[in-house]
Amino acid sequence: MKSTLRNVFHSPRFLVGFIIFSIILLTVLIYPYFIPRDPLQSLGKGFLSPGTYVSVYDANNTDPYRVELPEADAKRLEASLPASDRVTMIEFLTAKNEAKGDVDLTGIDVSDENLDALIELWRSNYDEQDVRKSKYPGFSTMAQRNGLKRLDRKINGSSAGLVMTVTRGEGEDAVTTTVNGSDYVKVSEVSNAITLPLGTDNFGRDTLTELVKATGVSLIIGLIAGTVATLLGLTVGLLAGYVGGWLDDTLMFIANLFTVIPGFVLLILIYFSIGQAARGITTCALVIGCTSWVWTARSVRSQVISLRNRDHVNLSKLSGHSLFRIITTDILPYIASYVVMAFILQVSSGILAEAQLSLLGLGPRTTELPTLGLMMNWAKLFGAYTSSNAWWAYFPVILVIALISFSLNLMNTGLDQVFNPTLRD
Amino acid sequence: MKTEEIAVAREDTRESVTFGADRNKDFSKEPLCLSGRGVTRVFHTGKTTTVAVDHVDFDFHHGELISIVGESGSGKTTLSKMLLGLLEPTEGQIFFHGQPRDISTNAKKKEYWKGIQAIFQDPFSSYNVFHKIDSVLLDCINMRGGKSLPREKKVEMMTEACSFVNLKFAELTNKYPFELSGGQMQRLMIARIFLLKPDILLADEPTSMIDACSRATILDMLLNLRNETGMTVIFITHDIGLAYYISDSVYIMEHGKFVESGKADKVILEPQAPYTKRLISDVPKIHEPWDLSTVDLTAGN
Repeated sequence: MKSTLRNVFHSPRFLVGFIIFSIILLTVLIYPYFIPRDPLQSLGKGFLSPGTYVSVYDANNTDPYRVELPEADAKRLEASLPASDRVTMIEFLTAKNEAKGDVDLTGIDVSDENLDALIELWRSNYDEQDVRKSKYPGFSTMAQRNGLKRLDRKINGSSAGLVMTVTRGEGEDAVTTTVNGSDYVKVSEVSNAITLPLGTDNFGRDTLTELVKATGVSLIIGLIAGTVATLLGLTVGLLAGYVGGWLDDTLMFIANLFTVIPGFVLLILIYFSIGQAARGITTCALVIGCTSWVWTARSVRSQVISLRNRDHVNLSKLSGHSLFRIITTDILPYIASYVVMAFILQVSSGILAEAQLSLLGLGPRTTELPTLGLMMNWAKLFGAYTSSNAWWAYFPVILVIALISFSLNLMNTGLDQVFNPTLRD
Repeated sequence: MKTEEIAVAREDTRESVTFGADRNKDFSKEPLCLSGRGVTRVFHTGKTTTVAVDHVDFDFHHGELISIVGESGSGKTTLSKMLLGLLEPTEGQIFFHGQPRDISTNAKKKEYWKGIQAIFQDPFSSYNVFHKIDSVLLDCINMRGGKSLPREKKVEMMTEACSFVNLKFAELTNKYPFELSGGQMQRLMIARIFLLKPDILLADEPTSMIDACSRATILDMLLNLRNETGMTVIFITHDIGLAYYISDSVYIMEHGKFVESGKADKVILEPQAPYTKRLISDVPKIHEPWDLSTVDLTAGN
């Protein structure tokens, strides 16, 4: 036993799979202690991209600091001047150049790198009085001139100016301070700041917290489905293989029925007929388990058939041992390694089956717990793949599903190498 | 060798071979232990039907050492499984102590197996590799109704059984069977039989997987055990020479049928059936050139 375990952990494939799986499992177990947030609590509206978010109100009510950052203005301008504004600026400069011929437009475009040059050129050429008098083509109406005026204020007013006056406290203790547009607040001092490493999903829920919870739930589904499928398959396989005769025929007839009907179609039909109200996590896992036992049963049966005529089984019979004892002590230990491998694969396929079902909208009911499949379903329904381009809402989910499946299969291949020496390379 | 010389040599052998068999004893007067009438076993695989054992009759007497000799595929092992009650005959009836054998329920089977036990061909696959040697021997004590005996008494019995086969129980305890050599494992099997003391022992080629040196030891122990307990031994083998040395009666099996049977001397020294002659001529002889041209290679095929 000890040496088997040592061999198992000396298999590099098993070890890699085991480490990946352990990391996922540990994260699922430990995460809630550090971030005890309800995974389905809505934090905002719609897909928020990954980042740290501070409340505007709280930021204004936190002591401001004056931090001189040479590039701060440029950054602020970069962020506040969208491409459409820059196009307008270039259009104005071009119009002025055509009218007066004194604007050098070389090297000017809408890119961030050349923004400084563009702003410099704008500051030296824009004059409110001049625009009103000269009536450049395209900027002759009042509305167009006001547009330019707003743009100029945006450019020149960004680094300075009073944003608001804030009064803290009440009565005699009240202190009034002013907050300038160029002031900074310390993120850690803002009472409501939140870092969302994976942003939020369509409902404004923290994707990371949701993902960790969903991974846990999906693992439980896989575990229940795998246990049910393995136990069912093992029982059917052992009985059919060892007892044989009519019992074998009957059980294999049922198994063949399940084999002939494509498992996934069967799964969808059973699942649909249960109805959404009854579809909880456990039901979901049980249904998956009950439709995927067939292959375990068939392979266990064939292994048992090859074992049941071995001398040690005959000797056990001659010693007067009962059917139950022969199956549990003379057959089961010999196929245990195989059953463990089948179980690992069943867990993996259980998780994938849940994801497939949920993606089709047949997942567990949605109000209580997230699952990996449901997260993909929500991302699909709310256009994360397309219109919103919110990669953070589906890509990490796909990655986690792939990693779980990959690690479990890797562990299985590693075990296979240990238990079937012919496969060792 | 000339014919006369061979005849003399045979006479000499008759005199000198005392290895196992008590050649002067007439076992037909002993009570019947196990007998069968028209015992048949048919296997169906898809559309092909194989008759492994074809209407065989046999009478095994108390205390007799019977050899069933035949080549691979002649139905020896199927017959032995039917005798053990691991397979049911398709046709025919097996009698145990003169009564029709009844092993319809688990309790009756258990009772039957107190009377008949086996040693199998391959010692390496005869043991459950997950069970320690102690549990193999303890099983036997429990089966003989010694479940409630005190631990010391059980250890004493196991030690006695092991020393009968020249093994030291103290060294074996807490070991697994696969830690022993093939010969040791087969000796442990004999120790098992020593504890069980059945009426009938069915030994299915117990020495064919063992090296020649251990073979004599195993046979010696087997025969000692038989002399001590007076049990009937059914020895299944493909080695007609070995069968001659140890048995009282020999049954020659070909294609599921007994082609010749009787006292070992009669069957082997004066063979009648061509298949028996073929089996005898197949045995290599140390002091004679082995002339394959005299072997009737078609017989038995």
